[in-house]
Amino acid sequence: MIEIAARQSQLEQTVSKLTGLTLTILIFGLIVFIAFTLAERTGERVQRFLKYLVFLLPALLFLFIGLVAPAFRTLFLSFRDARGDDSVGWENYYWAFTQPEILDVLRNTGIWMVVAPVASTGFGLLIAVLTDRMRRPGLVKSLIFMPMAISFVGAGIIWKFVYQFQPNERVPEIGLLSQLAEWLGFVPSNWLLVTPLNTLLLIVVFVWIQTGFAMVVLSAAIKAIPDEILEASMLDGASGWKRFAKVTVPMIRGTIIVVLSTITIGALKVFDIIRTMTGGNFKTSVIANEMYNQSFRALNYGTGSALAIILFLGVLPLVAYNVIHLRRERSER
Amino acid sequence: MALRSRKREVEAVKTHLSSPWASFAAILIATIWTIPTFGLFVTSFRPSTGINGSGWWTVFTNPEFTFTNYTRVLFEGRGATPPLSQYFLNTFAIVIPSTIIPITIAMFAAYAIAWFDFKGRNFLFFTIFALQVIPLQMSLIPLLQLFSGGLHIGSVTVIPSFGITGTFIPIWLAHTMFGLPLAIFLLHNFIAQLPRELIEAARVDGADHFKLFRQIILPLSIPAIASFAIFQFLWTWNDLLVALTFGGGKREIAPLMVRLAEMTGTRGGDWELLTAGAFVSILVPVAVFFALQRYFVRGLLAGSVKG
Repeated sequence: MIEIAARQSQLEQTVSKLTGLTLTILIFGLIVFIAFTLAERTGERVQRFLKYLVFLLPALLFLFIGLVAPAFRTLFLSFRDARGDDSVGWENYYWAFTQPEILDVLRNTGIWMVVAPVASTGFGLLIAVLTDRMRRPGLVKSLIFMPMAISFVGAGIIWKFVYQFQPNERVPEIGLLSQLAEWLGFVPSNWLLVTPLNTLLLIVVFVWIQTGFAMVVLSAAIKAIPDEILEASMLDGASGWKRFAKVTVPMIRGTIIVVLSTITIGALKVFDIIRTMTGGNFKTSVIANEMYNQSFRALNYGTGSALAIILFLGVLPLVAYNVIHLRRERSER
Repeated sequence: MALRSRKREVEAVKTHLSSPWASFAAILIATIWTIPTFGLFVTSFRPSTGINGSGWWTVFTNPEFTFTNYTRVLFEGRGATPPLSQYFLNTFAIVIPSTIIPITIAMFAAYAIAWFDFKGRNFLFFTIFALQVIPLQMSLIPLLQLFSGGLHIGSVTVIPSFGITGTFIPIWLAHTMFGLPLAIFLLHNFIAQLPRELIEAARVDGADHFKLFRQIILPLSIPAIASFAIFQFLWTWNDLLVALTFGGGKREIAPLMVRLAEMTGTRGGDWELLTAGAFVSILVPVAVFFALQRYFVRGLLAGSVKG
C-alpha cells in the first residue's frame, strides 16, 4: 500500500515538475516576445530610451542584485556577529588567523594554490607538446579532455574508489592505489586519513580535471607559433629539448600565465571535491568548504562572511592581472 | 602552387619531428588518464559481492556482469528518499531554465555593450569581465537572505520575499546571476566582431535596434550562443554548491549532485549504488561534451575564467 502511494505521489510530482518547467519557459519566452513586439511599434524617440531599458537593464539588475550588492553586504557582515545584529570589529578576522583549525584551512588552501595550477599546467604543456607532432592526436586529446565534462562530485566518487582501502587484511584490496602499492611491495594505508598526503591526493583529482583545459589552450598557442620560427631553429640545429625551452615556451609565455592564473582561481574556490571525498575532515578542509560550514552548518554569518572576504582577497591580484592583460590585448587590436 | 609546396615542406618537417616515442608517451598518459573512469564504469556493472570481494581489474579473467545496480539506484527509493530518477528529473528542471534565461539576457546586454554608443561603455565591459572571477561565495549569504526574507530597510519592505524558498526559482535565479558575466563577455567578444558595414546597412534600411537584433544579430550569433550554452549546461549540471545552498535542503528539488554527495557521505561503502549513480550523472554531460566538443573548445579559447 505504502509502496503504491509513494509511487503515486512520485508520478504526481513528476507531472507537476514538468508542467512547472514548461510553464516557466513559456512565460519567460512570452515576456521577451511581448517586450520586443511592443518596442518595435514605438517611434524612434521612445526607442532611444527604450533600447537601454530592454537590452541593458535586465542584465544590470541581475548583476547588481546577484553580485555587486551582495559583495558589499558580505563585507559588512564580516564585521558583525553570527546573526549580523551587532558589530564585532575585526573579531571574525582575528578568529580566522588565530584558530588552529582555520590556520590549517589557510595552509591547505595555500598548498592548493601552488601545487594544483603548477601540476595542471605542467601536465597540460607536456601533453600539448607530445601531441603537437602526432599524426592523429584526436583520440588522445579527447580522453585527456573528457574529465572536464565530469563534475567534481563524480570525479570525487571515481577517485574515492581508486583510494579505497581494505582494513581487513584477509580480503583483497578493491582500490587501485592500494593494490598498486601492494604489487610494488608497500603496505597500503587508509590514504585519505594520512595528513598531509590526503590533501595531495585530493589535488590529484583536481589536476586530473584541469589538465585537459591547460592542454587545449596551450596546444592552440603552440599551433599558432609561425612555422618559420620552428624551421629556423631546426636549421640552427637545435635539439628537441632546446627547441622546447628556448623557442616554444618563450613564444607562449603569455598563454601559460593566463592558464596558470585561471587554474589558480579555480583551485582557490574548490569545494565539491573536499565535500565529496573527506567532508573537510582529517585536516583537508579549504577556505571554500569552511566558508560553507561556518555559514550554513554553524549558522555563523559573521565568520562565514570573513572567510568569503579572505577568499576574495586571494583572488583579487589575479583578477587585477587578468583585467590588465585584457586591456593590453584590446588596445593592441 | 608555391604555397602548396611550401606547406608540404613544413608538413614534412613536422612529420620528421614526430618521434614515435612522443606518440607512445602521449598514448600512455591518455590511458592512465582514462583508467579511473573505466574502473568506475566496469564496477557499476558488477554484482555487489564481486565489487567488495575483488578488484575491478579481475573481471578480465573472471567476468560477471549485472544491471541490478542501475535498476536499484534509479528506481528503488528508500524510506523518505526518492530514487535517483527523481533527482535526475530535478537536474533537468534546474539546468534548462538556468541555461536559457542567462543566455537570453546576456545576448541583449552583449549587443547593447557592443553596438550602443553610451558613456561608460568600456568601464561597464571591464567591470563585467572582472565580475566573472569574483568567487560566488561572496554572494551566498546575502542572496539566501534576500530569497528567504526579502529586502527591508528599517520597517519598509523594498523587495518582498515572494515565498519562493523551497522551489526551483532561487536556484534558477542564482545560476542566472552567476552565469551572466561569462555569458556577456563571451557573446560580446563575438558580436563586437560582426562587420560594421552589415549593421550600418541595416540601420540605413530603417531597421531599428530591435529588428536588427532579431533578424541579423541573433541568427549570426548561433555559434557563440552554442559555445556558451555548453558551458552553462555543464556548469549547472555539475554544480553542487549553488543547489546545496539555495535548495534549502529539500529533497523534492535536490539535483543529482546533491544526492550523490550525500550518498558518498552516508553510504560510503555501497559501491554498487555509488558507482552506478555516479555513472548516470556523468553520462549526459560527457555525451553533450563529445557531440559538441568543437563549440566547447572554441568557447574555452575565447577566454574562460568562471566564478
